[in-house]
Amino acid sequence: MSVLKETRLALSRRQLLTAAGTGLVAAAGLSVMTARPAAAAASAEELITKIAGGTPKEGLVKVDGPEIAENGNTVPVTIEVESPMTADNYVKSVHVFADGNPSPEVAAFTFTPQSGKAFAKFRIRLAKTQNVRAVAVMSDGSSYVGGKEIKVTIGGCGG
Amino acid sequence: MSAKPRVRVPSTAKKGEVFEIKTVISHSMESGQRKAADGSPIPRKIIDKFVCTYNGKEVMTSQWHGAVSANPYLEFFCTATESGTLEFTWHDEGGETYTATADIKVT
Repeated sequence: MSVLKETRLALSRRQLLTAAGTGLVAAAGLSVMTARPAAAAASAEELITKIAGGTPKEGLVKVDGPEIAENGNTVPVTIEVESPMTADNYVKSVHVFADGNPSPEVAAFTFTPQSGKAFAKFRIRLAKTQNVRAVAVMSDGSSYVGGKEIKVTIGGCGG
Repeated sequence: MSAKPRVRVPSTAKKGEVFEIKTVISHSMESGQRKAADGSPIPRKIIDKFVCTYNGKEVMTSQWHGAVSANPYLEFFCTATESGTLEFTWHDEGGETYTATADIKVT
């Protein structure tokens, strides 16, 4: 009984040490990995709140892009906002954000009723897999948000 | 580097029709994030504003940041109201501007 206990103890001590070691490394890695996106996301969040004048409602805004972008340097993205685009009910502006980029602002579009459609298709740089979001501000002051997660194989922000 | 703009606008449209506009301009859109081979940062040079006017009236304006890809392509829409000219202007942060125009006949 005592022999068994000893071997078990010895084993567990070694296991414990290795486990602790990997645990520490993992914890350190995690904090490094999460620290930056968390900060960037916060500032995108701040910008969205500022533009929307509060928390925008979900819906109406459609962000479209590839599921997986192999090259983060040119990722085709389409934004479209549901709106009749008449003189008294139209989309004033759409702001596009990429949380995971060194700078979250991507582009902003100011539309007029003459636009006919609140639509824009363009190409953006994405540093890594992230959520691309668009905030639309309507002529009546209300705001809506939509987004899409785009997986990026090779980041597009240089070294 | 001189930027070369190209635009595609239908030559004719029916009154009230919402038509598609495609634009592209050759420009490096240097974000300022990249480093040269010797490790020195490549200076930022981007187009930060794009404006489309229809007979002098603004249809759409756009602000761009460093995350817009090189040789920026943009596709958007416009409602045909009268025959005339569409003018497209790209404004570089450094103060340079590049323009392109297209005529449209509205029937």
